[in-house]
Amino acid sequence: MQPKTWLAGLALAATLAVPVYAAAQQAGGTLRAYHRGNPPSGSIHEEATYDTTRPYMGVFNNLVMFDQTKDMESLDTVVADLATSWSWDSSKTKITFQLQKGVKWHDGKPFTAKDVQCTWDLLQGKGKAKLRKNPRKIWYWNLKETTADNDHQVTFHLNQPQPSFLALLASGYSPVYPCHVAPATMRTNPIGTGPFKFVELKQNESIKFVKNPDYWKKGKPYLDGQEFTIVKSRSTRVLGFVADKFDMTHPNDITIPLLKDVKEQNPAAVCYTYPTNISYNIIVNREQAPFDNPDVRLAMSYAMDRDAFIKILMNGEGAKGGVMLPPPNGVWGMPPDVLAKTPGYGDKTADIKKGQELMKKAGFGPDNRLSAVVSTRNVATYRDPAVILIDQLKAIYIDAELKTIENSNWHATVAKKDYQIGMNLTGLAVDDPDVALFENYACGSQRNYTGYCNKDLQALFEKQSSMSDVEARKKLVWEIDAKLQADVARPMIAHYNAATCLQPRVQGFVRKRNGSYSDWRMENVWLKQ
Amino acid sequence: MASYIIRRTLLMVVTLIGLSIVIFAMLRLVPGNIADILFDAAGFIDPAEKAQLEEELGLADPIPVQYWNWIVGLLQGDLGFSYVSELPTIDEIAPRLPITAKLAVLALFFSVIFGLPLGVISAVNQNSKLDYFLRVISLSGLSLPSFWLALLILMAFVSWFGSMPIYTNPPDNLWDELLLYSVPAAAVGFRSSALIMRLTRSSMLEVLRQDYIRTAKAKGASDNSVNYGHALSNAVLPVITIIGIEAAFLIGGLIVTETVFNIPGVARFLVEAIQWRDYPIVQNLVMFIGLVVVVTNFLVDLLYVALDPRIKYE
Repeated sequence: MQPKTWLAGLALAATLAVPVYAAAQQAGGTLRAYHRGNPPSGSIHEEATYDTTRPYMGVFNNLVMFDQTKDMESLDTVVADLATSWSWDSSKTKITFQLQKGVKWHDGKPFTAKDVQCTWDLLQGKGKAKLRKNPRKIWYWNLKETTADNDHQVTFHLNQPQPSFLALLASGYSPVYPCHVAPATMRTNPIGTGPFKFVELKQNESIKFVKNPDYWKKGKPYLDGQEFTIVKSRSTRVLGFVADKFDMTHPNDITIPLLKDVKEQNPAAVCYTYPTNISYNIIVNREQAPFDNPDVRLAMSYAMDRDAFIKILMNGEGAKGGVMLPPPNGVWGMPPDVLAKTPGYGDKTADIKKGQELMKKAGFGPDNRLSAVVSTRNVATYRDPAVILIDQLKAIYIDAELKTIENSNWHATVAKKDYQIGMNLTGLAVDDPDVALFENYACGSQRNYTGYCNKDLQALFEKQSSMSDVEARKKLVWEIDAKLQADVARPMIAHYNAATCLQPRVQGFVRKRNGSYSDWRMENVWLKQ
Repeated sequence: MASYIIRRTLLMVVTLIGLSIVIFAMLRLVPGNIADILFDAAGFIDPAEKAQLEEELGLADPIPVQYWNWIVGLLQGDLGFSYVSELPTIDEIAPRLPITAKLAVLALFFSVIFGLPLGVISAVNQNSKLDYFLRVISLSGLSLPSFWLALLILMAFVSWFGSMPIYTNPPDNLWDELLLYSVPAAAVGFRSSALIMRLTRSSMLEVLRQDYIRTAKAKGASDNSVNYGHALSNAVLPVITIIGIEAAFLIGGLIVTETVFNIPGVARFLVEAIQWRDYPIVQNLVMFIGLVVVVTNFLVDLLYVALDPRIKYE
């Protein structure tokens, strides 16, 4: 986002926020939202999409969470949830949580430290019960074990210090599961300790939640329930929001070009236009000639005009950056002066010349152009940037054609390495290098689609993870980020901005400006009658 | 007649067996399965976990075994479980069938109630201004894509009334239900009514030139009696055929309409199930639709006998 736009947004948010907290919250009413599709399941630990976290986060509690009244997710905004307090030991490898007493699961059973232990044993594949899918197993690479010290105290034992471990626990993706409920049941009929109880999911029709009358945070939630109507057609659901059929849109569902229409037709709508912490990037099959040649890969990075992508796809409202979301919205991203020194982020005319030279060195040129295929999902969000990329690659003698792949076959295609260049989108669950680096670039990570593996960098990943000096850690993260861009590990194109809109009667909701997955607890939200 | 009914019934059984093989084979020919899709939602594929999931869902069995298991289950009334919701297939399909059935019947009602009389009016007023006007309307009905028309209707509702007729909650009473379904039914029925209107017109024009029509007019029969009594009853046979075919094809038209108006019927559900490779849902639903089509065709054939005494089946 441009600084000017951001400042305007901040001013608007401040104006809106003042009456929110000045006015007394009113209890009652059901929040009506639309949902863009069927959630794959109700088990947050098994999924990696806000199609699940958005509706189901309110069913659960975490040990700690990102403050739902703040618009940033960072270590500074972590607050207690099921934990009452926490402390690190002197070696910084043990973190102990004191737990709330008297908390009950939705089925009436008591919550204890055993449930916390069970949850993380499940995530590490240690328990008897197994998750069908475990997309964030890599997050706990440093977790040695979890112990329930007594009913109300739990300790996480780490192999090395990891200050960001707390941020992982605060994510919307880190709810505490009940020991006594099987993972299969959690997919279809999730039980939590949270402010809302799951009622039913009717496939392709609706998802319903009601207020948990015994919620342990007294007086909350304010809403009587949440109802999601599943609306597949974007035109229909946006028209539905405009016609006041819904109180809020799906996260990030309003694209920047669409935002203008929404504001024109419903001027009262409150829209948060923020970075989603989802980035456009490309994946290159480094095992297939000529893309096994680092010069060819680097030339591609030089050819990409990131400003043009942002202008065309997001009307200029996006952010150019590396792996981490850049400031001012991102906590860990490279500042502009550091970014400008990274290959591919300098003057475009000079960069294209460098790209052409590298291609000539690799044996390609105006008379010997390289034919290639850009593969991507057959969805507009993926197809559109792929078409722009194909156009830009022409400048460095690459004639690429588009190959669209049906959604269901995308990961199978990538896993089989049945592609040359792929247009990809990557969402970050938490704005933290421990998530971004390990998930997407660590050797052997399931979500490291290209199989990029650099042992030296891996050692730096672990080093930054253990650093408690934030400024020093930031500098190391920038160094790693720049190196990843230079290695063309998964070259970044742009960080994607989009809007989430609400009717003005929806109060107490704060959208985070550096993440899309952790602001859906909804216990502070109320409807102005 | 009895032997004809027995023959047709046996033929229906053979058709349904053929359909079951075709749908089963086609689903397996499409790349990817539910395991791929579920892992796609998790953003990765773990080959070992995927194999485990395929084992759990019976997808690792040989294809003929999978087919046999399905058919045996079907004959015993066990339709299996949806891969996505993990609920019994019958519980997923049954509540959606009446919704689509109501929409389809209403759409068919609209198409017949408008298409048939307007076709007659157009024919008896051949080459008049009214005829030209009705022909333009029918041509536009045939050429306007139903998704475009449906979106246009929604936009018009939002713009003029600040509201829109989409499904967000089950209707409370019959009147609400009628209001909710009438707009999408009109949108989807418009094309069918245009087709019926054109066919009725051409069929009527042919019949109106017959000698017995001239005889009826010479005997002093009224225009209404000639047009609706003598002519229409003879012109309606090809129209009945088309109505039968349209009823069968309506499910295709309803996919788009159900999506745009967000109606949770079986047509949209079927498309979703195909996208998710939810084999138990797709197989059983297609079989059911196949059954409806085959039975509808059979009933239309029987209707011929009732409408035209000259037709006899042996």
